[in-house]
Amino acid sequence: MSFKDYDPGDFYDELFTTRGIPRETAALLIERIESLSIERLIQQQQAAQNTLFKLGVTFNVYGDNQGTERVFPFDVVPRIISGQDWLQLEKGLKQRITALNCFLDDIYNDQKIIKDGIVPRATIESASGFLRPCVGLKPPKGIWCHITGTDLVRDRQGTWYVLEDNLRCPSGVSYVLENRTVMKSSFPTLFNELDIRAVDDYPGQLLETLLELAPDHISDPKVVILSPGAFNSAYFEHSFLAQQMGITLVEGRDLVVDDGHVKMRTTKGLEQVDVIYRRIDDDFIDPTEFRADSMLGVPGLMDIFRQGRVAIANAPGTGVADDKLVYAYVPDMIRYYLGEEQIIPNVPTYFCEDEKQQSHVLSNLDSLVVKATDASGGYGMLIGTQSSKEEQTQFAEKIKTNPRGYIAQPTLCLSRMPTLIDQSFQGRHVDLRPFILYGQSKTPYVNPGGLTRVALREGSLVVNSSQGGGSKDTWVMNGV
Amino acid sequence: MLSRVADSIYWLNRYIERAENVARFVEVNLNLLMDNPVGVAQQWDPLIAVTGDRALFNERYEQATAERVLDFLTFDATSPNSIRSCVRAARENARSVRETISSEMWEQVNAFYLQVEDAAQSKESKDSYAFYSEVKMASHRFAGVMDATLSWNESWHFGQLGRFLERADKTARILDVKYFLLLPSVQEVGTPLDNLQWIALLKSASAYEMYRKTEQMISPAGVAKFLLLDPHFPRSVKFCLKWAEESLSQIAGVSASSTPLSSQRALGRLRAELEYITLDEIFQQGLHQFLDDFQVGINKVGSCIYHDFIALPGTPEKSAIATANALQS
Repeated sequence: MSFKDYDPGDFYDELFTTRGIPRETAALLIERIESLSIERLIQQQQAAQNTLFKLGVTFNVYGDNQGTERVFPFDVVPRIISGQDWLQLEKGLKQRITALNCFLDDIYNDQKIIKDGIVPRATIESASGFLRPCVGLKPPKGIWCHITGTDLVRDRQGTWYVLEDNLRCPSGVSYVLENRTVMKSSFPTLFNELDIRAVDDYPGQLLETLLELAPDHISDPKVVILSPGAFNSAYFEHSFLAQQMGITLVEGRDLVVDDGHVKMRTTKGLEQVDVIYRRIDDDFIDPTEFRADSMLGVPGLMDIFRQGRVAIANAPGTGVADDKLVYAYVPDMIRYYLGEEQIIPNVPTYFCEDEKQQSHVLSNLDSLVVKATDASGGYGMLIGTQSSKEEQTQFAEKIKTNPRGYIAQPTLCLSRMPTLIDQSFQGRHVDLRPFILYGQSKTPYVNPGGLTRVALREGSLVVNSSQGGGSKDTWVMNGV
Repeated sequence: MLSRVADSIYWLNRYIERAENVARFVEVNLNLLMDNPVGVAQQWDPLIAVTGDRALFNERYEQATAERVLDFLTFDATSPNSIRSCVRAARENARSVRETISSEMWEQVNAFYLQVEDAAQSKESKDSYAFYSEVKMASHRFAGVMDATLSWNESWHFGQLGRFLERADKTARILDVKYFLLLPSVQEVGTPLDNLQWIALLKSASAYEMYRKTEQMISPAGVAKFLLLDPHFPRSVKFCLKWAEESLSQIAGVSASSTPLSSQRALGRLRAELEYITLDEIFQQGLHQFLDDFQVGINKVGSCIYHDFIALPGTPEKSAIATANALQS
């Protein structure tokens, strides 16, 4: 199927430099795709989708009473990242997670960065992710954030930016692994011809990271993954990871605090748990410390955690750095803790708290993106260029009544790439979420590539699965 | 293993087995009707009794017509023991223990679910025999896949326990219902129609061929004996209890000195009764009475299993597990 009608347009295209001219790293891929008939390609796409459906690689849509499960739409055209680009990204991501871990440990303990006047106290303490019960906490091995899925985007020039850090419980890594499995079975020869970096060692790396957290005197630590249960939108991923790592998947109701330890209810009685990979939000972890109405957590868990008798990954409290106002200080953190300049830049951010910046934001609502500082997943935001006057007025009101609650950023013209839509290739916007593991005994691990999400609606910039997004396999090339 | 997981695997197997049994009743009844002489009243009513949902059915409908009963037992998602409800419940249980069961088992359950949902959407399949055979086969496939891909560890034994208890329960129920309905027609004993009915009863337990090899002549007593007491037929009550007991003792851990758990005592008693009772003794107390007592016994085994392994005493909120899972029945 030919790309001759494919128009990269006035965007940075991930696979083409200009119309008809593929990027060097993508040349062979384009050639192979062109040798396939349209029918064959569509067939591959459907087969891939069916495989995912049969495997039950589905997510639940919130706010949908039918309890409908959907397959995250999968596109057969993979994204390619050159080896050189990746080298830089990898460095930048490692730098960032290192600085963020320093930051988390600092603000919950000595607060030097506040005392030295780098980040205002009010900014930290007003962040919804800042958890007072975590002040003074010393998590095992001093690590707060073990697992991150950082959202990256590219602008019209192809420059990479960090859009969000996602330090709580980022999801999507199961799609990285499943998409790769599906692509391998669809295009086996390409994988032989191209030197594509493997992604399969993620579960092994994750298990290692988790095992390392167990108290030293325990020789055979019990690691579990704590899930909200089968109705959670990311449940597939929780069970997938548990299966891949061979660890037990537990829900809050399976755990109990007993005799100074966290234990799980088994058919043979209570069994001690040493490390918890939690996939429930901070607020729900322990009803005695946070949200009292939480049915998902374990009463008394935080006490045991404080006493160092159980490890939790990520530690509660990491969400403070997900606040979009705190995000804006990451370049300062990198300078402050590491004495380095940041390798992957932040998206420039306007503070609505600041009077001057607020008035700039208010008079440019039609061109900026406004985001609620405590929201994620594409919710609670205004994309100026695609909004109505009415929506802009609504957001102006929101900003004025709660300036701390909003930031604004220039609308990035996200990069695009060919995507199979209605029997033809069309340009669609993409982002990238690489997954990073931060442990004590070695340098951070970055899974090669990550999850490429694609906004399937024409012109849309929202890639979230809940809002019409799909995904693609991501190929990091060795060498070039 | 986690109590919640054990519970889900147990129910996963019970629901799959239940769906299969419902399909058996329906398929055989459909078959039987075609052989019935014109004018003989259609017997749909007994099928409702087999699933134990008569009260619910009567609440909704005045009369048991073929269409209503078929829908009630097959595609009605609001009827708790319809094939569709069973398969949905099986899948929900499987989904919550995906990391414990093998991928192949999950794929099998998921495919089963998609197949039933598909059939429920398309009207044509509603009176198709093929559908009911497919349900039976899907259940067999599941059992085969489980045996061939899951380690025969505690999870597997919980699954076995669920499957055999469900099967014992259904065989007993179907015998009870049919016997009660078929026997009163004294004047018809030995007539071709009567024989057809007994054959249908055997077929609904997939027992016809094996029965012929063992007992040969069709007789009410012979059928009852075969379905209750045959030591080799995999759907006879005795056989089911034997293997349920075997799995239960594996789960409990074999150690001569330890005192048996309440579930072991309950199941052991029930099995011993079937091991040593004679058909004459059963008929002396009345088959219906015997089967009634048996139902009580098997329900007790179920609640003892829950008590011994799922809702552990001494933990503060044992109700937490109970709220979500104990509602299964």
